[in-house]
Amino acid sequence: MLDFIIKRFFQVIVVVLLALTVVFFLIRISGDPTTLFLPPDAPKDQIEEYKELLGYNRPLIVQYGDFMFHAVQGDFGESLRSQEDALGIVLSRIPATFQLAISALLIALIIAIPLGVLSAYKRNTVFDKVGVALTIVGQAIPSFWLGLILIYFFAAQLKILPSGGGGTAIHLILPTLTLAAYSVARFTRFTRSAMLDVLRKDYIRTSKASGVPTFRLIMRYALRNSLIPIITLVALDLGVLLGGAVITEVVFSWPGVGRLLMQSLMNRDFPIVLAGVFIIALIYALVNFIADVLYAYVNPQIRVK
Amino acid sequence: MSDTILKVKDLKIQFKTGKKTVQPIRGVDFSIKKGETLGVVGESGSGKSVTSLAVMGLLPEKTSEIISGEIVFDGKDLTNLKEKHFRKLRGNDISMIFQEPMTSLNPVFTIGEQLSEPLKQHKKMSKKEIETAIIAVLTQVGIPRAEQIIHEYPHQLSGGMRQRVMISLALLGQPKLMIADEPTTALDVTIQAQILKLMKDIKKQHDMSLLLITHDLGVVAEMCDRVVVMYAGEIVEVAEVKELFDNPLHPYTRGLIESLPSKNTRKNRLYSIKGQVPKPNEITKGCIFANRCPFAFSKCFEETPPVQHTGNHMSKCWLQDSNKDEVS
Repeated sequence: MLDFIIKRFFQVIVVVLLALTVVFFLIRISGDPTTLFLPPDAPKDQIEEYKELLGYNRPLIVQYGDFMFHAVQGDFGESLRSQEDALGIVLSRIPATFQLAISALLIALIIAIPLGVLSAYKRNTVFDKVGVALTIVGQAIPSFWLGLILIYFFAAQLKILPSGGGGTAIHLILPTLTLAAYSVARFTRFTRSAMLDVLRKDYIRTSKASGVPTFRLIMRYALRNSLIPIITLVALDLGVLLGGAVITEVVFSWPGVGRLLMQSLMNRDFPIVLAGVFIIALIYALVNFIADVLYAYVNPQIRVK
Repeated sequence: MSDTILKVKDLKIQFKTGKKTVQPIRGVDFSIKKGETLGVVGESGSGKSVTSLAVMGLLPEKTSEIISGEIVFDGKDLTNLKEKHFRKLRGNDISMIFQEPMTSLNPVFTIGEQLSEPLKQHKKMSKKEIETAIIAVLTQVGIPRAEQIIHEYPHQLSGGMRQRVMISLALLGQPKLMIADEPTTALDVTIQAQILKLMKDIKKQHDMSLLLITHDLGVVAEMCDRVVVMYAGEIVEVAEVKELFDNPLHPYTRGLIESLPSKNTRKNRLYSIKGQVPKPNEITKGCIFANRCPFAFSKCFEETPPVQHTGNHMSKCWLQDSNKDEVS
């Protein structure tokens, strides 16, 4: 087991370094930020001087080496706009993103798992068919649209919830719902199909033949088997949610990493973008790492090997 | 009547798939006496498993239906029994061993957790008593280091061991009737012999009845008192085991016996019955075996043969008809 954890952790590091590399080169292809910080009529030698100052005139590979050398030590440079530590700025936005992601995930799980189980148990009934139709709708609705609709009804028309901003639990409601909608739909469908699959298994028949009542059969003997594949799905979604629900954060002016990243990209504030990508990639990889360990825990066949 | 534990009378089962309906079981009649081992033989698709699942009340609720007949267990009609009451019988008075030991145990629960279930459901016992009972039964079925096994998971055991665990699961409720659906088919030959011997011993010790479903006549000869031969959802012959092997009346039974390999005839190709069991939707009028029967004559294709009784030997074939004047 320890062997497995160490190997798997090594992968986390590789994934993060690769993500940083890819984003570093992609962002440089899009040009350098110097012109954005100088007046449009700045003389050429001043631009060159500025490039020299920031180190953008060196060969790309040298810049990359320099960046990586500092990045692995946690130094992503200073924000080009505010001259503050880039990583520090990103980290200060993490709590807001966490708050939103975790509440969305919890809401999604609380709704989706019972719904999926019930849908599977009552398969091909009206309940199941309506449920499946709703999950398709849920997955198809773009979050910017759902966000705007929610703002329109609850903030603009009914005036019972704030349209944006952060800080209190009330501010959390609409962005959480917006963000959770997609995960609810995904988890419900997945739980349903995993459950249907498990209910057909021989060992479920064995449990029935032992006289296990239906409720216990489903909630104990079938559910634990169905949850194994769902863990992976939850980890993937949590990674996405934590990695900055960019659109939702922008729509609701939520002060999280996603919105910061969006603004920094617009401003070509490279150090912040790279620090943000570093954090997101790290979180994403770590969440998946934890999911794999958890997966091994619930599935004894992996644990023992 | 009181020495009969299970009586199945004119059982007809219907399956629905979409708008189509098929009848995999058409008028099955048999009974098992207390302490008796009844073998049910037949090829795949002959309806053996469906019949046994009907006795357990484990047929899929939505797609299947018992359209006529009755199943009487220990004086109680099971045919229209509510699930709530049926549950009290399963794992308690009737238990079942399935064909596939590899997939019949839940992979994410320990052996102990799974074995405690029939006791939790049916007996009022403390945790400690349950554990003691489980260890006793596991030891009885020949599982070494039972105290450790109960904390292990199914994938840590071999196929033969898992089938022993399945047998102990079926034994825990001290059932009056045990149904074994091809219990040795998935095991290799040496393990098969061990499991069969185990089942025989256990049946004797617990004085229960055994319904043994198999397609292996060797197993039948070894284990059973009486045999029911099923073909395409109908019973074609019933006899005491010795009588059946000595004097098979139905051409299908004869075919099955002839298909057995014997030690001495290595030179010849093994006999096989030509053709395949008709699917439930391919059943036409006349005898169901007529299209594969080497002795079939015109009447066989026209009319369903009547049930013939010769003492305790029952068969369903025109050849046994006393006024079989057309036979050459």
